[in-house]
Amino acid sequence: MPNSVIRVGVVVFPGSNCDQDMIDALSAYPEVSVNKLWHKEHDLQQSDLVVLPGGFSFGDYLRSGAIARFSPIMREVIDFAGKGGNVFGVCNGFQVLCESGLLPGALLHNTSNRFICRNTWIMPEPNNSAITAKLAPGQALQVPIAHGEGRFYANEDTLRMIRDEQQVIFRYCSEYGEKADEYNPNGAIEHIAGICNQKRNVFGMMPHPERAADAVLGNTDGRLILDSLMHTLFDLPALVLDTHNAHSVVS
Amino acid sequence: MQTTDQLTTVETAKKLGLLPEEFERIKEILGRTPNFTELSIFSVMWSEHCSYKNSIVWLKTLPREGAGMLAKAGEENAGLVDIGKGYACAFKIESHNHPSALEPYQGAATGVGGINRDIFTMGARPVAQLNSLRFGNLKLDKTRWLLKGVVKGIGDYGNAFGIPVLGGEVFFDPCYNENPLVNAMSVGIVKVGETASATSYGAGNHVYIVGSSTGKDGIHGATFASGDLNEESAKDLPAVQVGDPFQEKLLLEATLEVIKTGAIIGMQDMGAAGITCSTSEMSAKGEHGMNIWLDKVPTRQEGMQAWEILLSESQERMLMVVEAGREAEVEAVFDKWDLHHAIIGEVIEGGRLKYYMKGELVADVPANDLVLGGGAPIYHREYKEPAYFSETKKFDINSIPEPDNLKEIALHLLGHPNIASKRWVYDQYDSMVGTANISTNKPADAGLLYLKDTGKVLAMTVDCNARYVHADPETGASIAVAEAARNLVCSGAKPLGVTNCLNFGNPYNPEVYWQFVGAIKGMGAACRAFDTPVTGGNVSFYNQTVLDNSTVPVFPTPTIGMIGLMDSPEEAMGLGFESAGDLIFMLGSSRNDISSSQYLSSWHKVALSPAPAFNINDELVLQAALATLTKGKLIESAHDVSDGGLFVTLAESGFVNSLGCDIQSEQGIRNDAFLFGEAQGRVVVSVKPAKLEAFKTALEQHSSLTFKQLGHVSSAEVKVDDISFGQIKNLFGLYNNALTNIMHEQL
Repeated sequence: MPNSVIRVGVVVFPGSNCDQDMIDALSAYPEVSVNKLWHKEHDLQQSDLVVLPGGFSFGDYLRSGAIARFSPIMREVIDFAGKGGNVFGVCNGFQVLCESGLLPGALLHNTSNRFICRNTWIMPEPNNSAITAKLAPGQALQVPIAHGEGRFYANEDTLRMIRDEQQVIFRYCSEYGEKADEYNPNGAIEHIAGICNQKRNVFGMMPHPERAADAVLGNTDGRLILDSLMHTLFDLPALVLDTHNAHSVVS
Repeated sequence: MQTTDQLTTVETAKKLGLLPEEFERIKEILGRTPNFTELSIFSVMWSEHCSYKNSIVWLKTLPREGAGMLAKAGEENAGLVDIGKGYACAFKIESHNHPSALEPYQGAATGVGGINRDIFTMGARPVAQLNSLRFGNLKLDKTRWLLKGVVKGIGDYGNAFGIPVLGGEVFFDPCYNENPLVNAMSVGIVKVGETASATSYGAGNHVYIVGSSTGKDGIHGATFASGDLNEESAKDLPAVQVGDPFQEKLLLEATLEVIKTGAIIGMQDMGAAGITCSTSEMSAKGEHGMNIWLDKVPTRQEGMQAWEILLSESQERMLMVVEAGREAEVEAVFDKWDLHHAIIGEVIEGGRLKYYMKGELVADVPANDLVLGGGAPIYHREYKEPAYFSETKKFDINSIPEPDNLKEIALHLLGHPNIASKRWVYDQYDSMVGTANISTNKPADAGLLYLKDTGKVLAMTVDCNARYVHADPETGASIAVAEAARNLVCSGAKPLGVTNCLNFGNPYNPEVYWQFVGAIKGMGAACRAFDTPVTGGNVSFYNQTVLDNSTVPVFPTPTIGMIGLMDSPEEAMGLGFESAGDLIFMLGSSRNDISSSQYLSSWHKVALSPAPAFNINDELVLQAALATLTKGKLIESAHDVSDGGLFVTLAESGFVNSLGCDIQSEQGIRNDAFLFGEAQGRVVVSVKPAKLEAFKTALEQHSSLTFKQLGHVSSAEVKVDDISFGQIKNLFGLYNNALTNIMHEQL
């Protein structure tokens, strides 16, 4: 699809608060036109990719994402995904995707029972999905998390299916790629930080790639993830790649 | 309608926290005896919280003029400073101490909500938050309960609201056992000329209430915050409000959107004293009156009395005066955000506020007599030097034998909750939402926020070492300002302005008031020296607890919030050493001074000593030199010497990139003073050997600056005079985990 504008729709729930960050990060691609999709609307505005950003969609007093799935726009998103449309959810967006049944499993309270915001390291899983296709195998990426309910959980049957279908896209690890409980910030089962669906058109992850996508912030590892997604789906050239933190020493 | 008809007596007035002479004054103003509703109105508006009656005389001595000031202290809900390219920064700090002492979670959460509303009610979008917290002895269960609750309250509210926390401080001392201090600061950005004002005019314009319904929470909160806490205070629990950050987020977006319609005459959030305060302050400012129909106010419960509706401090509410005929435009915005709204009154000529309940006039008061700068009382309180002050001066460093277990002391300090990493606290705050926090991956002495619209960087910090202020209020408060400015300059920014949060004991105690007066004098002197006008802030008195007939006031704690600016992110200076082999210099002088240090306090258990050495002219010279070095890109890192002294500074600079250092001590300076003393006016910088000549040349123009090479950055070990103090990664483990371990072990 080169030479034509790629339309990305970012869903805005009333309590979304990472919507503008995601818009800023995706607007950096000159070929992309980003539109806000207000939760009360029914029109996806011909989006090629729908993004569910982070935040607290409806305050999330009940359970993260539990109310958002009933928004008018979500009916359209579910429809769109069912027809093979590409959907990407980050943090609260990932929670909404699980609540909506577009992705398997659930996101529970962190084992610490505290909200945690800090840099984490994640390892892409080579699983033939757009979001990991262009990432260097075995290279840990530094991407921040910010959540109270980010502990991915699935029952044994679901987990087996996730394994069999190679649906894991990222796992928490050390900066050198070791996977152990001490590098798992929220107690996620099998250190899972993100997954995709079987058809590989719906992606969800707890870490925020859009928070590590601008050289001015001193970390562009998240840009690599966005690049992989945009490059593979729409054949867009990669953006900044020079200052990523992989393997650097960070306290 | 007993509550409204009943005429009041001086006894009722006293129960509401008014003085007998204030009751007489109210009778004079009204020309009659007030009814209960009216007396309630006066009691909250004339409480210290709203009127500043015991502090305004001294607050007015603070410098409020400056080149970049767009709104001066007291003019609007927060100060407004020009930050270039057509943008302004609104910022303010406020306390929520009393509610947090009783109900830490909601107390702290609503503190965050309140300060952010102060910012967006001016039309500015909050972009960063900071907080300054004081707690008692961390070994007490109660302290840990308070810390857990306050941090979770700040986190849950701010995280959902979606504004990053860029900085803060946490300090522990037994003087805060019963009275924790919770000071929250918000920083917002607005285009010059697009601000909203807290005013009301134009007879016939409608008065809207927008946001949450009004409940019985927080009634008399302002009066409650203006008295000592005691064993009975828990019974005041309904005076603590409950927060709803989702509602606040809706209110924020709707407020900013509705301002763009141009149909808003003025707006003010509902904070202390609720509808009473907003209607009277807006009316007084706009020199008009209002008819308010209290029965039109959406309430959470049936049967609320007029005075309850008037005084309720239910959160997430705004009062807006809308140009007549443009109601539909405004209501469309509220409806988009699913916000409740109701017309509850109209603007009238003249200056009277007439409150009606179902057609009956329940209170009729003149707006201007209620407010600060109008008829609210102003007191000159007496003050007297407390006995302990002369005791502090008797301290002699020679009474402390020079220790030979320096490494043990260093480890004690790195693991002390006042020095150790506050990671357990700040990991619970979203510090990165907004994708503009450039200190995440390059820590600096101040929080640095990239302004996407202008390409500039806003720097911010909160500082106050209350132990210094207790030791010497005047010097201690000057140090708080100097340290804040130093932190901004270390980070590469130029200081612009100050907001303050003045936490003290009971102003009717002359010794407490002496601390207050001293602190204001010291703060004023320093703010003038650094050319950082005070743009606003908040006074919190009565931070003391009456227990078993003894009164325990907190350390006088005048928290300084300061903002600064740099032209581009390229100018940002980190605090971490960059590479082994770089040379380490100290700008400023080592002194034989351990006064009021963490070392003297927690290792030697010496409670009284003077404030550490401080000279404001040296500080100005230091900061000017530092600015030259950062602008010239002649240094790799800058980190000031503050709590814990030089050793802690070196360790913290090493932690960032896991680098050690090799340092030589200074002849003629005691080793403990060299490593752990907290004499002011010192900054540790690192310099690439290749830039050494340029570094020295640049400093020639700052000839009165003393500076000295301490040693160099090394790969892994911290050494002083060839003696190892440990591997940096081990020291970091201790520093990084100390607070977490304490919180996990004991709860």
